[in-house]
Formats: sequence, C-alpha cells, structure tokens
Amino acid sequence: MSQAGTIVAAGEPVRRTPVALLGLLRTNRRVAVGVGLVAILFLIALLSPVISPHDPLATSPDDSYLPPLSPGHLLGTDELGRDLFSRVLWGARVSLPVAFVAVGVGLFAGGIIGLASGYAGGLVDLLLMRLIDALLAFPGLILAIAIVAALGPGLRNAMIAIGIVAVPVYARLVRAVVLQLKQMEFIAATRSLGASPWRLIVRHLIPNLMNPILVQVSLSAGFAILAEATLSFLGLGAQLPTPDWGQMINSGSTFLNNDAWLAIVPGAAISVTVYSFNLLGDSLRDALDPRLRS
Amino acid sequence: MTAYVVRRLLLMVPVAFLVTIGVFMLIHLTPGDPALIMLGEDRTPQAIAEIHQQLGLDKPLYVQYGIWLGRLAQGDLGRSITTHEQVTGAIFDRLPATLELGIVSLLWSLIVAIPLGTIAAVRRGSLVDQVATGITVAGVSIPNFFIGIVLIFLLSVSLRLFPFGGYVPFTQDPIESLRHVLLPAIALGTAGTAINMRFTRSSMIEVLNHDYIRTARAKGASWRRVVFVHALKNALIPVVTIIGLQIGGIIEGAVVTETVFTWPGVGRLAVESIFNRDYTVVQGIVLLAAFSYMVANLLVDLVYGWLDPRISYS
Repeated sequence: MSQAGTIVAAGEPVRRTPVALLGLLRTNRRVAVGVGLVAILFLIALLSPVISPHDPLATSPDDSYLPPLSPGHLLGTDELGRDLFSRVLWGARVSLPVAFVAVGVGLFAGGIIGLASGYAGGLVDLLLMRLIDALLAFPGLILAIAIVAALGPGLRNAMIAIGIVAVPVYARLVRAVVLQLKQMEFIAATRSLGASPWRLIVRHLIPNLMNPILVQVSLSAGFAILAEATLSFLGLGAQLPTPDWGQMINSGSTFLNNDAWLAIVPGAAISVTVYSFNLLGDSLRDALDPRLRS
Repeated sequence: MTAYVVRRLLLMVPVAFLVTIGVFMLIHLTPGDPALIMLGEDRTPQAIAEIHQQLGLDKPLYVQYGIWLGRLAQGDLGRSITTHEQVTGAIFDRLPATLELGIVSLLWSLIVAIPLGTIAAVRRGSLVDQVATGITVAGVSIPNFFIGIVLIFLLSVSLRLFPFGGYVPFTQDPIESLRHVLLPAIALGTAGTAINMRFTRSSMIEVLNHDYIRTARAKGASWRRVVFVHALKNALIPVVTIIGLQIGGIIEGAVVTETVFTWPGVGRLAVESIFNRDYTVVQGIVLLAAFSYMVANLLVDLVYGWLDPRISYS
C-alpha cells in the first residue's frame, strides 16, 4: 500500500481559475463521473443521520443475522441485530473525515517542508530532504502501524499516523513544483520588481501548486481510506461499537460460513469509495497534465 | 557507474541513521512510561525494573540510543518482552513463510499482469483493454484483506477447493504447500498485479510507437514476433522498477494478508507483537521492513541502469 506509485508528476504549471476547473466537469466525462461519485459519498456521509432507517448502534438480539432484503432491513442485520444498511451509511461518516484530516495533516506539514526546501535550497533543502528520504524509507502501512502501535489504537491516532505517512508525498511534490517555478521568467521578474519572499510564495508559488495538489489530494484520500480501513480491520483504528467499515469486515469475517454478507457489504463500501477517489485523481491528472492529454 | 554506486551508498548512510533514530524512538512515542504500557495489568515493581534495565530506560535518551545502535550493529535487536526469545531469532524463524508468500504472490502477479498488459496495449481501446483498465483501477481500490475474505468465502468455504489458512513448508510437501499459499498469494498480489499491468500497458504502447518496431514490421517480421521478441523486452524495463519495489514491500503487504489467512510469517508476528505490546519485536520488524525497502530501492536504480544503457549515471 505504498504511496510511491501514486505521486503525481509535477507537470507544467498552468494556473486554472475555479471557473476553468468547473469547465472540466462539462468537457471531461471521466472527471464528471469521479466528481459525481465523490459528491454522492459526501452526501451520504452528511445525510446519514437523516437517511439511515435505524440507529446504527441499536441492538436487537431477536433480529440478529437477518439476510439482505429482509423486511425493514435492506442489507440484513449483524450478530447483534444491528441494521447493516444503517451501519454502512454511518461508516462513510467515519471514513471520510478520517481520510480528510489525515490528508490535511500530510498536506499542511508536507507542503511547508516542500515550500521551505524548494524555496530556500542549499543546506535547508539537503537536510529536509534527508528527513523526507528517511520517512520514505518506511513502507507506508508499516509506518502507520508502527505509529499507531506506539500511540495506542484509536481513530485519532490512526488519523495522525496516516497523515504522517502522507507528509513525504506532499513534501516531494511541492518541492519539485517550486524548483520548477523558480526557474521561470515570471518568478524572476516578480523578484526583480522587489516582491518580498512572503508575497512571492503566497501570490505566485502557492496558486501554481494547486493543480498537482488537487490531483494528489484525490489520490491520497483513496489511500487514506484504505489505510484507515486496514488499521481498523487489524483492530488499531476505530474501536467497537463505532460503525467503521474496516472494523465491520473484521467482525463479519468470523461469520463467513453462514453470513458472508456481514463482511462483503462493508468491503464493497470501502472498494467503491476508494475506487471513486482513485477515478477522480486519475481523471484529474489526465485532464490537467498537458503531457498526458493526448 | 562505480562512482554512482558509491555516491548512492554514501547518501544511504544519513538516511539509514535517521531510520534507526525513528525506529528507536518508537518505544518513546508511547505516552507515559513504556515499561508500564508494555506490562499492562501484570505490572509488578520487579517486572518494571526488569524492563527498565533491559531497555536501559533509566539512562539519558542519547545513551540509550547509543547502546541500542551498538547492539544493532552486532545483529542484536534485544529480547522479546513476552517470550524472552531473541528478536532476531523470532523474526528469522518467521521469514521463510513470508518470503514464500511474497515470491508466489509476485509470480502470480507477473503471470497475470504481463500478458494482459501486453494484449491491452496491442489492442488499445478494445474490450480486452477496457477490462484490463477496469482491473487496474479496481485492483488498487479493493483492500487486500477484503479480497482474501472473498477468496476464502468462495474457494474455501463454498467450493472447498482450497484449505482455509495454515502453512505447509515447501520443503515438506510442495503440492500441499502450493494449495495453502495460493489464496493468500492472490490476495497479496492483486494490487501488484494491477500496478504491473498498468505499467506494462503504458510502457508497451510507448515502445510500439518507436521507429525500430516499424522497421521490424517493414522487414517482414510477424506482429507476434515484433510484440513478444522486439517490444516486450524493452517495455518491461520500467516494470522491473516496480517489481523491485514490490519485493522490498513484501513485509508491508504481508501484515494484513498473514492475519487474514493465519499465515505464520513476519507480518502476523508484527500484529501479534503490537497487541502484546512487545515493542522490541515491533521495532525489529519495522527496521527490517525499512531496510529491505531501502535496499530494494537502491538495487532497482542500479539494475535499471544496467538494463537500459541510455540511462546516464554522470
């Protein structure tokens, strides 16, 4: 589950306005599908308290192990009689925020390191990049597991761990784009006009970083959801009775003989969610990187 | 080339040093006294003192690190807190099972990925290509533990074609060993299959556009010969990079797969040790995973240059 393969190419910096990005939705079918799927997932997460037919934590031992399409229970019930459909809907409410906090941690810390490294260069760059190399030396999931093992199981620590794993990806990406931008004439011109480093970074570098970051955020969100599910499956992320997809697969896997759907339904939910983010990231990369457009 | 190897090795030194600091600090990230956390409920003053003494927790941090690094240089990763056996021994006892699983999963991934990726490239836009592209996106989106569970359900529980879990060493009974390893290997190798297929496809498309392919066709070579003899050899060069990294990352994937299939390898040892709060074993496995990843990265870079003479090391 290494992230190395998902680091996006820096590409030619072309600043796009939000309007131009919205235009992609009309002109690029894959981007539109990706955005649509992710939007549906967010809606589910947002509206799960309203659209869930049952309380995801409410147990009803008399109704345990009901198969899918049972009256009142679309996807059946688990060993404690909890409605599986409601738990899967609420699972989105756990997974998506975890993924976004984790990506936020990675983006913030990695972005600052990448900006400092690329802008300052020299010794600062050398030292920071060795630190990043050291983080990249750990396979992503192993690093996340190690951090959670040290900090203790739980969703908050899982978010921190997945965020730390994402730091080197953003640091490398931001540094690469900043190094490229520094060579460009408009940066030299802005500098010669007396722009302060702060103004140069905030007004000229950061806006040009948006395209590759947008792609990377989509891909990292997919990775983060997968990593969170894995940690929860291993018992290191969400704890009982939180309706978490990874944790639901873990408990459902003990009933494979007769009630396989208990593991298969949340597994399908994770797969569709990660697929949606990967599709969005892939399509955005294809649409925004001029070299891949042909 | 020699200068490049030396430079890469020298660059690895500070990174390896930082990795050891990171792994060493793992114990010290624990909130509170690590000894209390490791012992859980069974904490007697004597047991606490024993762990303090074993890990040198009563000394300043830099002294502890120095002692730990010194022992590490001699191949001593300390003793397990729960079983009291040498960590190095515990890891190496489990390593053959993990390597067997990793090798079979890699072979599976190559057997599926290279032909499918090649066909998808040759018949670009066809149904095969669309199916292959679908597999590549799905392969990296479906968690390997879920694939494992689905395989167990379909092939072990429902059809009873394969045993569920367990390990038979290859040296003891090759046939039984293969029956036991196949499902976990498929589960572990699915993401790799997807990535290898994608790389084979894109690399093959690029190679097929080169002039020498057109020349080979113009000289009368059959399309099959052009694809499999002339193009595939060169198209696989970038795939080698990814395969190398996948070898380095075997332990990472094994953590989950071995847990699902009760496979007695290093990955399962890692999970067991985390729940037993056996941090010395966790440290050892994290260190092994990081170093195998680093070495794999280095080897990939070197092999890449050897395979593709156009790459300059200057």
